[in-house]
Amino acid sequence: MFTGLTDTEIISRVLKGDQQAYAHIVERYKNYVFTLAMRMIESREDAEEVAQDIFIKAYRSLADFRGESKFSTWLYTIARTSCITFLRKKKLETVSIENEKTLIQVENRESGFKANVVEVKSKHAMVNQAIKMLSPDDAQVITLFYKGEQTLEEIGLVLGMEPNTVKVKLHRARQRLREKMEKHFSHEVHDIQSE
Amino acid sequence: MKYMTYRVSDYLTNDENNWSDLCNNINKPEKNSFMDTQLDMEERLWDYIDGLSSINEKSAIEKLIGANLEWKNKYHELLEAHQLMMGSELQEPSMRFAKNVMEEIAKYHVAPATRTYINKRVIWGIGGFFIILIIGFLVYALSQVNYAGASTPKILSEYNNTVNKLDWGRFFNSTYTTVFMMINVVLGLMMLDIYLTRKKQQHKEA
Repeated sequence: MFTGLTDTEIISRVLKGDQQAYAHIVERYKNYVFTLAMRMIESREDAEEVAQDIFIKAYRSLADFRGESKFSTWLYTIARTSCITFLRKKKLETVSIENEKTLIQVENRESGFKANVVEVKSKHAMVNQAIKMLSPDDAQVITLFYKGEQTLEEIGLVLGMEPNTVKVKLHRARQRLREKMEKHFSHEVHDIQSE
Repeated sequence: MKYMTYRVSDYLTNDENNWSDLCNNINKPEKNSFMDTQLDMEERLWDYIDGLSSINEKSAIEKLIGANLEWKNKYHELLEAHQLMMGSELQEPSMRFAKNVMEEIAKYHVAPATRTYINKRVIWGIGGFFIILIIGFLVYALSQVNYAGASTPKILSEYNNTVNKLDWGRFFNSTYTTVFMMINVVLGLMMLDIYLTRKKQQHKEA
């Protein structure tokens, strides 16, 4: 019934009192939002809780969505701030790669994933594993660009940055992702290239 | 060939005329900083792959990919990475996720839009109050400065003298202060009136 409707049309139905229409928004974006949360929060349970909270917050402030940007951009902005708030509450470090502590965190993640390399079953899973080894900032930029269908300007809105800064960040994130893939999954990468 | 790269960093500027120069000089390899050239090449190729290049840049890169083995190899390498990233999978939450969200939101209502309950006049009123406060202090302070002594080099001592000369008692008892305080009181009453009117309206609507 709602599959052909745009986000804006579904939202206007929700605002008119059709609460069940919101289920279609949740269905449409649950994987995107959950993936974004997982990029910042390591625990699956916590990420799911935060993702749930993001949809509740979005529902409550739906009247504030003016349609000036895409609904997904607006939702990802809520997602990012919610994840940051959660991490602050948990007193975890979420800062960029320059931060020494994050480097340690990333290194810890890497060592954890080394053991899982054998479990990589497909090239998609391999990319996901490699993305998880990146800093939360890098992982978010890549996820928003490749999976969130966001332009550089829209990512800029989500992250509160200029599009040019996003472009540089994306370039660096891709560079680091390729390095991770080369370092940890070189055999798989070469297999894919020879296919 | 690996270390004999083109002077792309000199050529590949945002000036699109440089692109045609580069294409014309495509068979003139020169030694240059390998890292810089590599980075620039990658950046240009990523722009090309992402569809961010201009028409001129696009055609120049296409020519380079066609004629230069290094550009061609790098392009294929980056395209491979791009396709891998495009194919990365989204993670799925538990099966009950959507149901949990819907159960949770059943307890809530959509909150009224922020713009409906934040009255712009109240914001302007608060802003106006502080601006008048700052201007008032500024005007009074400037009126007390002894400009005749301003040219002397001992700025600090002059400043101290000026501050010492200030008649603080007069500051808090003058007509000026009375008028100033009256304006603030009027502004305060206006803001209170706006606030109470809004409360009354909300009460009526409820």
